[in-house]
Amino acid sequence: MANGEALHGVGGLTYDPSRRALPPELNVLIALVAITVVFELLNRYNFGWLWNDLPFQQGKSFLFNTRDNLDTLFNEQRINIILLQVAITGIIAIGVTQVIILGGIDLSSGSIVGATAMIAMSFAQTATVNGNPNPKAIFGEGFMDLWVLVPILVGLTCGLIAGCVNGRLVAYTRIPPFIATLGMMVSARGVAKWWSNGNPVSFPTESYASLSNGDMLGGMTFGLLSWSGQNPALVFFLLAILFHLIMTYTLYGKRCYAIGSNEAAARMSGINIARHKVLVYTIAGLLAGVAAILLTSKTLTAQAGMGVMLELDAIAMAVIGGVSLTGGRGSIIGTVLGALIFSVIISGFTSIQLDAYYQEMVKGAIIVGAVVMDQWRQSKRGRG
Amino acid sequence: MAAKQAGARIVSDFILETRGLTKHYGGVHALTDASFTLKRGEHVAIMGDNGAGKSTFVRQITGVEQPTRGEIIFDGNAHLFNSPIAAREAGIEAVFQTLALADDLDVPSNLFLGREKIRWNLGPFSILDRRAMREATMAALVKTGVKIPNLSNTIRNMSGGQRQCVAIARTAAFKSKLVIMDEPTAALGVQETAQVENIIRTLKEAGEPLILISHNMRQVFDLVDRIVVFRRGRIVANLAKEDTDGQDVVSYITGAKTGAEFEGAA
Ligand SMILES: Nc1ncnc2c1ncn2[C@@H]1O[C@H](COP(=O)(O)OP(=O)(O)OP(=O)(O)O)[C@@H](O)[C@H]1O
Ligand SMILES: [Mg+2]
Repeated sequence: MANGEALHGVGGLTYDPSRRALPPELNVLIALVAITVVFELLNRYNFGWLWNDLPFQQGKSFLFNTRDNLDTLFNEQRINIILLQVAITGIIAIGVTQVIILGGIDLSSGSIVGATAMIAMSFAQTATVNGNPNPKAIFGEGFMDLWVLVPILVGLTCGLIAGCVNGRLVAYTRIPPFIATLGMMVSARGVAKWWSNGNPVSFPTESYASLSNGDMLGGMTFGLLSWSGQNPALVFFLLAILFHLIMTYTLYGKRCYAIGSNEAAARMSGINIARHKVLVYTIAGLLAGVAAILLTSKTLTAQAGMGVMLELDAIAMAVIGGVSLTGGRGSIIGTVLGALIFSVIISGFTSIQLDAYYQEMVKGAIIVGAVVMDQWRQSKRGRG
Repeated sequence: MAAKQAGARIVSDFILETRGLTKHYGGVHALTDASFTLKRGEHVAIMGDNGAGKSTFVRQITGVEQPTRGEIIFDGNAHLFNSPIAAREAGIEAVFQTLALADDLDVPSNLFLGREKIRWNLGPFSILDRRAMREATMAALVKTGVKIPNLSNTIRNMSGGQRQCVAIARTAAFKSKLVIMDEPTAALGVQETAQVENIIRTLKEAGEPLILISHNMRQVFDLVDRIVVFRRGRIVANLAKEDTDGQDVVSYITGAKTGAEFEGAA
């Protein structure tokens, strides 16, 4: 059967195994390249004949370094911004992807980031700022200047608990995931505001600040490589690889796809659906915790409003990347590409100096457009 | 083993016995007092109109649902299968009417759904042995004569008959003590139906007991030893093949007749 033509199935049609269908991620990759090219052209050439009074200056490049210092090919600053933007939301999107493949949805990740940011940051504060006591101190002396692992563990635990509550609500009650995680979205935001009565939590220890701003790649490769200040992007890519492997090669991944594509069949086949759902939502919460830690470490402060609407960005990234909202289809690679598309669009709009209001409008359109595209893909697929 | 075992081992030549098996869905009495026996090596057909409770009966035996009332004695032990896995571990393999396939997965994943082969055991994150599953799938398909060359195709892209073949290959691929098939040939063409009937004959030769649910009178009379008729959630007839004919069975199905021992049942 491995070579040459074979009869296809019970109807006896001819089937040529050498001609495999292309992976759906390829389309997403092509879209990514196309969108990048569009912004490159918009930046370079004068489209005045098409569009009067362009608000930005042409003759620059979107992606490449056009200044005279020829030691870098790409516009590194821009690419770093794109990657940083992508990283925090992308980490959340990795979790959201698994939840959606499972046939669920998670609206709470942005709020979990908010609550986790506040709580974790409170355990990361320094005792003294420029010789004065920390003006934003949440706890007393005993909880200042803690070992960096303490806020990390606190943050991960927060995310884990929130995700586990989500999972249990979805798995053991008959509440639809949309409602269960909507409840968590509102409650976790409440926790974030209640934690310090709405005050920001600031001034972390140096070691906590270096989580995002340090050079982890340098540390990991003993100085061979260096990627300073890009730890969130590094963590994002490492997590993406890890979860790609998990989704592809392990029981966990197989069960996500099985439950998402036919929950009744999965149950009849003896898969413990409730337990698996709890696990998946817990991992999504945990990843939101990771995102919160990296975000606060990057910005050096935590605010109750952190991560607002991040869940929608994450869902949009997944859907743009080909994850089907009806469950069972999609991949981590797709989501990573979707995340890059999302960020390239945002950063592209900045590069052509599109007003922030317009940016939000367009972002909304992208989210709706991605879902429409998903519906369209469904109907094109026909059956099911 | 998740199956609860109650009472001592009862010596019996029955592989399966149900006593007073009853299932209510809210107000719907889908199954009422079903008492049924199956001898070792025996092939029995269950017939009855749409909604008679045949599939409901199967779901109670296979642990997919918990009966409202009643007893199941399988292989000499009183069992209450609390999950499909428990029933399967006890040795019951079933092809469900709904096929129970995951549309977005390929053939090997569906064949091994819920009992994947593992290379390294890491709990829920165990690494799958994809090659072994693929090879076992090939073997199962060859054994059952099902032709599906592209195993990596998802079930969604297959014809109704191919899907049914995958579901049947799934029961045939594993060792079992009892096979249950709920309308296995419903979507199949002439050749494929013959193929499935051959699989069933092979089971008979191997002495494996079978419960076959079918609306196809010819098929039933060709394949089984005994016919049990369900009507409105109750068993209304238990007929040895030699003592009955198609006309007779139809009159039980439609309610024109009710078996003597079931008088007053329905
Ligand atoms: N989960 C459920 N909830 C409520 N009612 C149900 C449920 N499952 C089955 N029923 C009802 O139980 C009755 C028996 O259904 P069942 O599926 O056992 O019929 P069947 O004999 O298999 O019919 P068919 O030949 O059409 O497959 C039907 O009236 C059906 O509507
Ligand atoms: Mg049925």
